[in-house]
Amino acid sequence: MKIALAGNPNSGKTTLFNGLTGSNQYVGNWPGVTVEKKEGKLLADKSITLTDLPGIYSLSPYTNEEIVARNYLINEHPDVIINIVDATNLERNLYLTTQLREIGIPVVVALNMMDVVRKQGTFICVKSLEEAYGCPFVEISALRSEGFTDLLNKVYSVKGTEPQKRLIFDHHIEEHVNELENTLGDLNYKRYYAVRLLENDQRLGIEVSKETLETAERVRKELEGIFDDDIESIFATERYEYIEKSMKTCHKCGLKKTFNPDTILMNKYLALPIFAFVMFCVYYISVTTIGTIATDWVNDTLIGEIIIPGAQNLLASIGTSEWLIALITDGVIGGVGAVLGFLPQLALLFFLLSLLEDSGYMARIAFLLDKIFRKFGLSGKSFIPILIGTGCSVPGIMASRTIESESDRKMTVITTSFMPCSAKLPVIAMISGAMFGGASWVAPSAYFIGIVAILISGLVLKKTKPFKSEEAPFIMELPAYHMPKASNVFKHTWERVRSFAVKAGTVIFVACIVIWLLSNFNFAFEMVDSNESMLADIGSVIAPVFKPLGFGTWEASVATLTGLAAKENIVGTFGVLYGTAEVAEDGMEIWANLQQAFTPLSAYCFLIFNLLCAPCIGALGAIKREIGKGKIAVFALTYQTIFAYIVTFIMYNVGKVFF
Amino acid sequence: MTNTLDKIKPGQTVRVTKLGGEGAVRRRIMDMGLTKGTNVYVERMAPLGDPMELRLRGYSLSIRKADAEFIEVV
Repeated sequence: MKIALAGNPNSGKTTLFNGLTGSNQYVGNWPGVTVEKKEGKLLADKSITLTDLPGIYSLSPYTNEEIVARNYLINEHPDVIINIVDATNLERNLYLTTQLREIGIPVVVALNMMDVVRKQGTFICVKSLEEAYGCPFVEISALRSEGFTDLLNKVYSVKGTEPQKRLIFDHHIEEHVNELENTLGDLNYKRYYAVRLLENDQRLGIEVSKETLETAERVRKELEGIFDDDIESIFATERYEYIEKSMKTCHKCGLKKTFNPDTILMNKYLALPIFAFVMFCVYYISVTTIGTIATDWVNDTLIGEIIIPGAQNLLASIGTSEWLIALITDGVIGGVGAVLGFLPQLALLFFLLSLLEDSGYMARIAFLLDKIFRKFGLSGKSFIPILIGTGCSVPGIMASRTIESESDRKMTVITTSFMPCSAKLPVIAMISGAMFGGASWVAPSAYFIGIVAILISGLVLKKTKPFKSEEAPFIMELPAYHMPKASNVFKHTWERVRSFAVKAGTVIFVACIVIWLLSNFNFAFEMVDSNESMLADIGSVIAPVFKPLGFGTWEASVATLTGLAAKENIVGTFGVLYGTAEVAEDGMEIWANLQQAFTPLSAYCFLIFNLLCAPCIGALGAIKREIGKGKIAVFALTYQTIFAYIVTFIMYNVGKVFF
Repeated sequence: MTNTLDKIKPGQTVRVTKLGGEGAVRRRIMDMGLTKGTNVYVERMAPLGDPMELRLRGYSLSIRKADAEFIEVV
């Protein structure tokens, strides 16, 4: 038996899904789109599969989520639809109910958040609702796991039954819908198709006869004449009028006035300072203090002093050859470990973001900043990924998941890594120390260029095809504030941390091995120093490419290449290439070598190119994961590199005139 | 007197008379409950002046002024 779970965003759908299935769920993407698909077996009955449809407001043919939900319902023939409805926001939620009802698949409505409704003193009459919509309504609280047994009993009882008819629309419309249904022969879901045809839906997914199309065309014209309105508006208005009417008999609003935090949080003068303070706290806790302490401990103590020496000893004791020990410890553990070292920071960050999301404040951030960001083709929600990106691009890119609009999200994913992350700081420190006497303008200028790169890219990408087509409207619900629930927040955090760890175990694992091999062997497969390795050879081949940018030495090219594994490698690579094995974070030992190899201008160009060009392999993996399609990930990489090249080229050649 | 929604000051309640515009945005606006005859209370403007926050059908909706321009109200 198959059940589909449908409902508005913010109706508690995911909570109900988790409550009904436990944690044994399968998460994937719907074919062809990056909308997440979740499936799970019911805890109460393992023979029942529950599919969590994307959160939607309507079955209109305009957004990815809506199309995915429609296609699933029509093509996969679930036995029952559970329509979860936020009972504190009944009127708007019932709009989708009227649409789900007309498909013809039995519907059970789960009235969620009934505990809150009762607390507000609001009265909802379940009997009248069932009467009005012709399907069972069950009171539940997904958060408190209340009413689940009732809900499932109702699901069993409606399975296989013919849904009751209700006249939602004006009699003119009902007659015409019937007329159109009759032309559809023995098609499944006739009423659904008839209404869609009348609405002139262009993504019907079926072929219909010429007669049907002509009838639809004629009937549509007639109705538009009778109502003096266009067809989409007629249907929407009729649905809401029916709902309003039903609300009169089954809903009595509580008189309790609750305090609205927005009076302060969105106050004209206080909103921005409060927002800045909240962001400061998030950043301070996760990136600069507690998170960093934990991350440093994992990197230096746990991995550096315990795991790597331990592994070395273990492997040596069982007689492993030296090169394999080096591959495993330096290449794999060192490389993957460097990425996994971010885990504590990430976990803390995701935890705080989940708090903001769950409480409802995240939507207000978008509301607050939308005006600024949309000038550059980004959304108000792009702020968070960019801010986090200053710590590490990987969680920054992953944080872009909270952006609903597909084009805004892609744009944010592609541009987030322009921000100098913490791994780029050693490079900045090295260049500024060696070439500019540690001048205080170097680091801020890197951030400034990062921000400008994001904004310019917003403007440029907006003009390109993948981002232009879907100018997403900013018509957003501002959900009521509520206390985040611990288990939800932990679940959110855990899911994100896990997907990060999985990636480190796959993409990054392979990349680390490849880069290690390239930098430790020559083309004759002999183990050599890195300045004679394949990587060095490749470096000298591509060095001419960087000549127009001012840094056409093979060392600089190799450093740029190893920077792809992790940006802080750039400093280490210079250390190895200039013959100093160990270098401090700012590479002080090799400043003299750098001063000979670079001019201040070419060094600055080298710095900027490395900040803007393709990010490290970890971030690339994140981009690929978040964008989904390989083609766009390649586009992202190409765009970033070309963008960096052009900017640096201009900088160097203009700079040459002045310096 | 007809006016467009973007011109309405916070604290006022108006009724929707006509929805202009077209396609996805217009449909989304209607799906969210801004249909003909709906009463809408303008709660506030965002601190930077745009978008605006509306109260209708028992919930809060934010919408850009550029989109509210297509909504005629009295």
